Formats: sequence, structure tokens, C-alpha cells
Amino acid sequence: MENEELELQQEKSPEQGKTGKDAPVHVPHKKDAHANPAAPPNKPASEAKRTDSFLYGIPQLGLTRVERQVPLNEPPPMPANADLKYLGKPTPRYDGVAKVTGAGKYTADVNLPGMLYARMVGAGVPHARVLAIDTTAAERYPGVRAVHVIQHVLGNAELRDPSKETPSRYPIVRYMGQPMAAVAATSQAAADEAAALVKVQYDPMGFVVDRDAARATDATLVYPGPADQGGTAGGGGGPANVPQVGNVHGPERKNVGDVARGFAESDVVVEGEYYTQVQTHSALETHGVVADWKADELTVYASTQGTSSVRNELSEIFKLPKSKVRVITEYMGGGFGAKFGAGNEGVVAVELSRKAKAPVRLMLDRREEHIASNRPDSHQKLKIGAKRNGTLTAIQLTSYGTAGVGTGAGTAGPATNMYKCPNLLTEEYDVFINAGPGAAFRAPGHPQGCFALEQAIDELAEKLDLDPLEFRGRIDDSPARKVERQIILEKTDWRNRHRAGADPGPIKRGIGLSQSVWYRFVNLNSSCEVRISKDGSVELMSAVQDIGGGTKTMLAQVVAEEFGIPPQSVVIRIGDTRYPIGPDSGGSVTTGSISPAARNAAHQAKQHLLAAIAPSLGVAPDQLEFKDGRVSVASDPSRSYSLRQAAAKMPTDEISARATRVPDYTRDKITYGGVDYVELAVDTETGRVHVERVLGVHDCGRPMNPLGVISQINGGILQGISYALFEQRIMDRGKGYMLNADLENYKILGAREVPQIDVILIENYIAQSSTDAAGIGESAGIIALAAAIGNAFYNATGVRMRRLPMTPARVLAALGKTDQEMHA
Amino acid sequence: MNRFTFVDCTTVAEALDHLKQGSVAKAGGIDLLDLMKDGIVSPSTLVNIRRVKELHGIETSEQGLSLGPLTTLSELAAHPLIQKTYTALSDAASHAATPQIRNMATVGGNLMQRQRCWYFRSSEYNCLRKGGSECFAQKGENQYHAIMDNEICAMVHPSSTAVPLMAFGAQVELTSKKGKRTVPLNEFYIRPEESLLDETVVKSDELITRILVPAPAAGTRSAYQKYGEKESFDWPLADAGVVLVMNGNICRSASIVMGVAAPTPLHAKAAEVILAGKTIDEATARAAGKAAVDSATPLEQNGYKVQLFHTVVYRTILLASGQLKRDPSAVGGMA
Repeated sequence: MENEELELQQEKSPEQGKTGKDAPVHVPHKKDAHANPAAPPNKPASEAKRTDSFLYGIPQLGLTRVERQVPLNEPPPMPANADLKYLGKPTPRYDGVAKVTGAGKYTADVNLPGMLYARMVGAGVPHARVLAIDTTAAERYPGVRAVHVIQHVLGNAELRDPSKETPSRYPIVRYMGQPMAAVAATSQAAADEAAALVKVQYDPMGFVVDRDAARATDATLVYPGPADQGGTAGGGGGPANVPQVGNVHGPERKNVGDVARGFAESDVVVEGEYYTQVQTHSALETHGVVADWKADELTVYASTQGTSSVRNELSEIFKLPKSKVRVITEYMGGGFGAKFGAGNEGVVAVELSRKAKAPVRLMLDRREEHIASNRPDSHQKLKIGAKRNGTLTAIQLTSYGTAGVGTGAGTAGPATNMYKCPNLLTEEYDVFINAGPGAAFRAPGHPQGCFALEQAIDELAEKLDLDPLEFRGRIDDSPARKVERQIILEKTDWRNRHRAGADPGPIKRGIGLSQSVWYRFVNLNSSCEVRISKDGSVELMSAVQDIGGGTKTMLAQVVAEEFGIPPQSVVIRIGDTRYPIGPDSGGSVTTGSISPAARNAAHQAKQHLLAAIAPSLGVAPDQLEFKDGRVSVASDPSRSYSLRQAAAKMPTDEISARATRVPDYTRDKITYGGVDYVELAVDTETGRVHVERVLGVHDCGRPMNPLGVISQINGGILQGISYALFEQRIMDRGKGYMLNADLENYKILGAREVPQIDVILIENYIAQSSTDAAGIGESAGIIALAAAIGNAFYNATGVRMRRLPMTPARVLAALGKTDQEMHA
Repeated sequence: MNRFTFVDCTTVAEALDHLKQGSVAKAGGIDLLDLMKDGIVSPSTLVNIRRVKELHGIETSEQGLSLGPLTTLSELAAHPLIQKTYTALSDAASHAATPQIRNMATVGGNLMQRQRCWYFRSSEYNCLRKGGSECFAQKGENQYHAIMDNEICAMVHPSSTAVPLMAFGAQVELTSKKGKRTVPLNEFYIRPEESLLDETVVKSDELITRILVPAPAAGTRSAYQKYGEKESFDWPLADAGVVLVMNGNICRSASIVMGVAAPTPLHAKAAEVILAGKTIDEATARAAGKAAVDSATPLEQNGYKVQLFHTVVYRTILLASGQLKRDPSAVGGMA
């Protein structure tokens, strides 16, 4: 178990690391061939090391120091944020002005000479064999330059034994809207109209779009035999080679100790069933690419969270050397886990560009975007036993969830990793239905898992007659969450909360909280080049993309700190695979992976600079020191030069250094977390829930740019509220059609649903890299909010909400105001 | 979207010249363009009336309000006299859609928008309203559908302004080349029993040229409330407009209209009867709310809307009578 976890933590990104069956963390599974375990290049295993003393711990608990063996060319240990000039200081977004003024070019803004516009053709039925596809009329339509019929659909699970299905010339349709073909034309209108002229002849089969119905023994089969989702580069997919009966794929079972014994030893048991809905990613910028096929190079502008993953997948599919595929993502309009790899739209756009000999832009429309990916739903049965003294004796979780035609609906992460408990049994099942494939979605499985776990923990606390916060203190080993709970106690009215349902009148207020857990992943495919020019200008280059969290700003701060120059003066060029490779942004790996490479490259460039100018200053390089933006001769402080003056002495016009992420200094298991506190009001006569205040207290190693971190947490909290109260995919069981694939009926919170939000960050020095940074994307509120709202709802009403989203229909049902149980 | 001719008009006469079978008048274009983009309507000609000056403007007189149909919802919401004397109307206008939409959407267009039903509004479904033979909502996903008058077609009419306008006894002036006629808003919408293909009495060659709201009797107080799943940009799950003519604490007469309960806005007659002659207090208001939904026939998934209408009717009565505080700053509309 330990080894599995170490391999995952150190050598693969979460999306690229296939977790073994005993792996203690739950992350998207991945088993494709092009995910190379990333051995750092040019580094022998037995590299010489030195010992350094590092800052360690959380200020509120008292900082200490630890010694670490680090590679010889690592920069010196970084001081605490309080002792830094640029890092750890709130820094406005590097490209914020460009984003809000429209100067920043997103993929949909890319406009190349002679560019064509494409539209895909989606399947008009939920399950069928395709007898024929007639593209004649589309090809003849004025303005059409190319039509492509898809031969292989990405994202769907694939049969372990393809002979279970009669061979078919075209891919079997397994969900309505499944990409079938695409058209490129000289205008978007022409492409749209021509796409509607593609005639597909179906031989329809029965279908099922309801998770419960799909579990029935006589249910229509989505796949005629066991099937596994291969996962696109970087996302989606579940365990392979688990049992499959009918549409039910699994279980993936994890067993620690003996739960039967654990329950027998318990004094108190809580048991409950929880239901969560399908959430679609709904990025503001839909999936899309501009593909430009040329003889010497394929260039693809992609709305992606992984430039390298797109390059890898296109290189594999089109049998092109990676050196001839270039992927560019300068600005990114939201990914949330759904935008790894080329995607069907990427492959199709490249096919069309190759056929038409022209660049092709293909952006999904909003309906296609809703269907392309989602967070799977869940039906969880959770049972927890505890002793009177407040220690857990057993946790047992069974979950069923649907990722449509894919897999990856597991929810056991929080139950497995949040609290200490000697006996654990989790069994996770995927249920196939005829709906679009699930994909990684901001903390895969965790909002679902937490919704169950953290409400059950509150129930258990009530049965044990313990304060839920105090109870968590007894069962939670995380020092960060200990500090976070303490801050909640200090900053809120927690101690004075009323008993559940105490408010008179129809509008009832309540408070509640939930904890979250996420994991430290590092992707060693993280390299940066830092370049100093003779005029003293400094730039950094990396293929890493800025998914929106502010990677550019953070990198500018890192380089600025190293050189002692303002971040605004550092030019950051990222999101282009012509630069040194960058990590995919998934699993909250980006900042923790790329920032040490950036610092090391800056540090080494600085050393190169000193070595290069030392002769002209008539001193040995080690006589020179670089501090506060100035180069000085150690023995003669009067001889001090600005960076500009020093660079002018360079013998060549440019000096650069390139560094690649080295593995974390130790192989400790590290998790991150956060505690989110919610105040809300429930109108018991309308079923409306209004979140009035959220206090999020979070940790992510060393906060590099607190402004950016808080911004991500604000976003995570809002996405969490939206998930808890509003968002849900609604499928028509009669036709298999998604009824609300728009932004009018797929409801995402708006300005009036935004509460007062306060975020407090704690510093947590872990002495693992030259920056000690970590990501925040996943543990930014999305994990905990639904559970915190559930607990606050209980405090308000005395009733447990076990179904999401908490719409008036479900709330009134839970409160007994209507006798209909909402379909979920 | 289909190809169409776009005719820009500046006078009513000019617009009427172009209004015939196959052409559609376009004001703010909010609902119309959605319907066209979704392939639900395919007019051959769009007659743009937005620049017809005589259709703009709010006139007030002793007889009441005369609204140009091109008055935007923002203009309605901001008008001081409407806020004071026709409070329910200004509340409804200010709670529709989003600020951006309210700046474009007109009151005439708001009345003329088509009903909401995801089966009707998807070209995937050929429902009764489109000449098909089936109402997909009856056995389908019907959580947002009608709870009354829903046996044939369960769409709901979402016009926020129709609710208070009907409660105030408004009339709609229709003009064609043949002349003018005036129709009470009560008779403006056509119930599914009468026709599935016509939703209003407006003929294809007619234009709404005025919306007339009679001056309220002395002692009139009004209110409107709307509940959606969200408060920002959402369709109502339930809304109600209440106009009370009060004599001290006694209600002389009540006009109560519910939106999105049925395929057309609906008077809650049973609730109106309960209030007439009574002192308004929480008990009478709740009794009226209960009476308003007594005849509800919810479908499989929308039983919760019965509770919502019960609540919205009783609370809007209390709001109109001044017994529930109007507190726009209250979070989530929750006092």
C-alpha cells in the first residue's frame, strides 16, 4: 500500500498515474500508453546530495526546522513568506487587464488567414447501430470545404472483448449527441447548416438513462459485455478488469482491518443513504481548438488544461513525431478537469484541416459542451461506528454512480483518507447508462463522498453528544485542519449555535461546517527556462498553461523573488509546447510542480550570469553575490551593480538556464485540506435555501500568491454552492435526450446567490521542494460546501438533506411538505 | 436558424403593411430570437417595430395607465407613479430575467412570449403545440410544468407582467389594417381546451398598440412575488400578483392572479372570494392561499409547486396589505 502510494505521489500526475487497487487515494484512473512515468532527464539516480535545514510546520502551532538531503544544485532553502519580498504577497493577476479588456486571445478568438469553421454532427438517438452516413448533401452545400466521418469515438468505455458485438462500419451510438461527423466551411453559419444535412441511418436499440433503472437485472445493456473506459490523456476512466454484471461495473473494493469486528466493537452506529446528481463542467469557454495542418508541422490552438497531453494524443493518433506537433494555449476559459487530451473535437478539427488544407476552428456549442463531460452522480450507503470516547471503529461505504458511457464514479476518497479508523471497507460501482461520458471534475469523487461522510460525522457527533467540531478534533490527525478548526472557532459564532430546528417561524437559520481532504501530487514533467538578455530583461518560458488560477502571475513572482526585481518586469511566456515541457493542470499539481522548476532555473541563470561577468569584474564568481536586485563584490560592498548594469557586462547577448522539477525531498504522505463554515437560511414554505455567509479556512503549503489562492477558493466555494443548490443534468427518460443542455435550464448560481465570503489561508511549510508550494484547485471549497450546507440545513431545520441539489422540490419533499419524492 | 427578410419600420402603418401570415413583429427580440435559433419558429419576415415611436412611452391620466407596448421592463420598473400606484406591476417588471434583458425586453413582448416547456422548446419533440399527437410532459420530466389546467398541455406561461396586469384588469389594444379592438387581458390568452395552435387572441395581421390599465379604486394596494430555484436569472416556479381594494383593515375586493400555475395566467377565484369582506390577517391570507391551490392537479414531479403557490399567494396577500414587511435588503428575499 505504501509503495503504491509513493509511486503515485512522486512519479506521476494524478491523471496520469493509474492507482493500484490498494492505493489510498482516489484520483482519475489512467492507463494509456503515452503516460510515461516521468524520470527526470539527465539525472543519475545516485546523484550527490547535500544537507540543508528547512523551515517546517504551521506558524500557529510553532515553526520548527527539519534537515533534508537535497540535490547539490538546488537553491538555498526559501525563508518564510514573512521574510520574502514578492512571494507570499497579494499580487494582482499578471494578465488581468488583458482578460477583462478582451486583449487576451482565447482559442475562440484565434483567427488565422483562410481559416474555416466547423460544426460536429451529433447522434440523434441514444443507442443504435449506424447503417449508413450520407454526407452528399453536406458536401454540396455552398461554402463547405471538408466533411469528416468519425471512425473512433474518444471518451466512451470499450469492450474488453470486442467480439461481443457484431462488427460495425461506424462506431456504435451509445448516447444522444455522440459525435458522428463534422463539417468545415467558410462560415460558421454554412458549417451549421451543412452539418444538419448529414443524414445518418440508424438501427435503434433500447436505451436506459436512469441510474436506478440501469442497475435492474433486466435492464437494457449499454455495452453487451464488460467494458472499461480507457480515459483520455489525463482524465476520466475508472478501474479496469473489475467484475461487470449487466450495466454494473465493479466493485472496486478496498478493505482495511475488519469492519464487522469494528461495528461489533462500536457503541454507536450511524447509517444513511445519500444521493448526488450529475453536474456538467459548464466552462465559460466551451471545448474547442483551431487546428492548422501543415506539411512540416501541425499547430493546434487548444482550450486545454494540458498542452502536452494534447500534443501527445494528437501525435499518437496522427502518427506524427511529437517534434512536429505544436500546441498553444495562451488563455484558457475554464477546464475543471474536462479538458485534457485532444478530445473528439480536436481530432476532428485536425482531420478537417488536413482534408481542407486550411486552418479549422471548431468550438463546441453549449449543448455539446453539456454533453461532452460531467461529474458522475452517486447513490451512497455509508455506515460509521464509533465508541463513546469518540474514536471511530469502522467505516463502510458502498457507492453506485454513473459516468454515462464511461466509468470513474467512485466516491471513497474522503471516507478513506480524512479520519483515522482501523477498519474500512469501501465498494465502488460504476453504472453504465446511455448518456455522455463522465470526466475528471474538480476533486473527482470528493464533493460526493464528503456530502455523505461529513453529514454522517455530524450525525455521529450528535449521537455521541459531542460538539461536531470537537469530535472532528478527536478523529482527525491533520495539523492543518486542527489549526483551521481553531480559526473557525475564533472567527464565528459556532459555540453559540442553537439546537437543530430551534428557530420559530417558517424561515429558519442554521450554521454548519465540513472538512475536505486532497492530496499532494507532483508532476515531474515540469521544466522552465529562464533567460537573461544583455539589456537586463528577464523572461521565463514553459509549456505549462494557465488554467485560470494565475500561473503566469505566480511564475513572475518566483522569478522576481530570485532576482529581486518587480514581478511586472518579468516576462512570462507559457502555454506553448515549443517551450520546455509543463505539467497538465489537473489534481492541483501545477503550482507545486512548476514553481520549483521556475525557481531553480532562475537561480541557475543567476549563477551563470555571475560566472560570466566575474572575469570582467576581476573577481572569482564566488566573490559575487546577488541580493535585492543587485550584484555586489563580497569583499568590497562599494562595488555594487544593478541587474541591468551587471547584464551589460555579459560576454554574450543572452544567458539562460533550464531546470526540471526534482522529486520531493522526502516521500512523506501529504494531504491538504480546509474547513468550510456556512450560515444559511431555509424557507420551509418555499423550500428555498439561501447561503448567507461562508468562512473558508484553507491550507496549500506555502501560499505563493494569496490573492490568487483566495480567488480560487472564492470560485470553489461558489461552484460548491452551485452544486449543492442548483446544478443538475436532467435527462428525458422517454427519449434519452438531455433536456436542460443550455444555461437557462441548467442552473448555475448568479450574483444574487453569492453570500458574504471570507477566506483565511494558513501557511504550512512542508520542506519538500525549493518553493514548498502546493495547489489549491481541488480543496478550494468545492469538496466541502455541499456537506457544510447539508449540516447547516440540519441545524436550521432538524431535517437531514440526503439529496442534491437542494431545490425547492427536494427540500419540500424532505420537509414533508409534498408527498412526491424527487427523481434523482 | 432559417433565412428571413428583415423589415425596419418607423410607423404603425408601415408595420401593419408587412404583418401577414409568415411574418412576425420583433420588438426586443428576446424570446423570438431564442425560438428561431432553436428552430421552433421560422418566420419568413421579421418586422422590426423597435423604432416605431408611437409604440413607446408611458402615459398616466385619471383614467389610468396607457403603456406603449415597447416600454421596456426597466422603464416600467423605474417609473415613480407605477411604483407607488401599481406596485405589483413595478415589482414584476423589476424581478423578471436579468438587468440586461430588462433593458431590451418590452412589455408587449413580455405578454407575447411563448409558453415554457422544454419539450415544446426543443425541435427534438413534435408536441401537441407543434401539430404533434402527444404531450411529452404528461409522463415525462415535468417538475417545472403546470399544476392546473394541465390535462391537455402542461406548458406554463411565464410572463411576469401579465400577472399583475391581469390582476389590475388591464386591456390590450390591438390594431390591424381593418381597425382597432380592445381585449381584456383576462381573455387575451387562449386555454389549451380552446386551441392548441393559438396561444393568444392576436391575429397574424394585428399589432399590440397600447396596454391600458384602469386607475385603481381608492384604497387599492398591490404586490407581486416570484419564487424561482434561483433569484438571479431564473424562470418562476410560482408567482402571484395581488390587488386588494381596502377599506381600513377590511378587504372590499381582491384580485389575485397566479403565473406559471397553468398554460395561461390564472385568477385564483376561490382565494378572491375568501378575502372579500374580510379583515386581512395571517389566518385569512393562509386560508386564501390554500383555496388558491385546492383545485390543483399536479403531475408526477411537480407536487411541490402546490406548496409554492399556497405560500406565494398567502405571502403576497400579506405583502399587499402591508402585514409582511417589504424589505428589499433582506437576504434572499427572506425577512
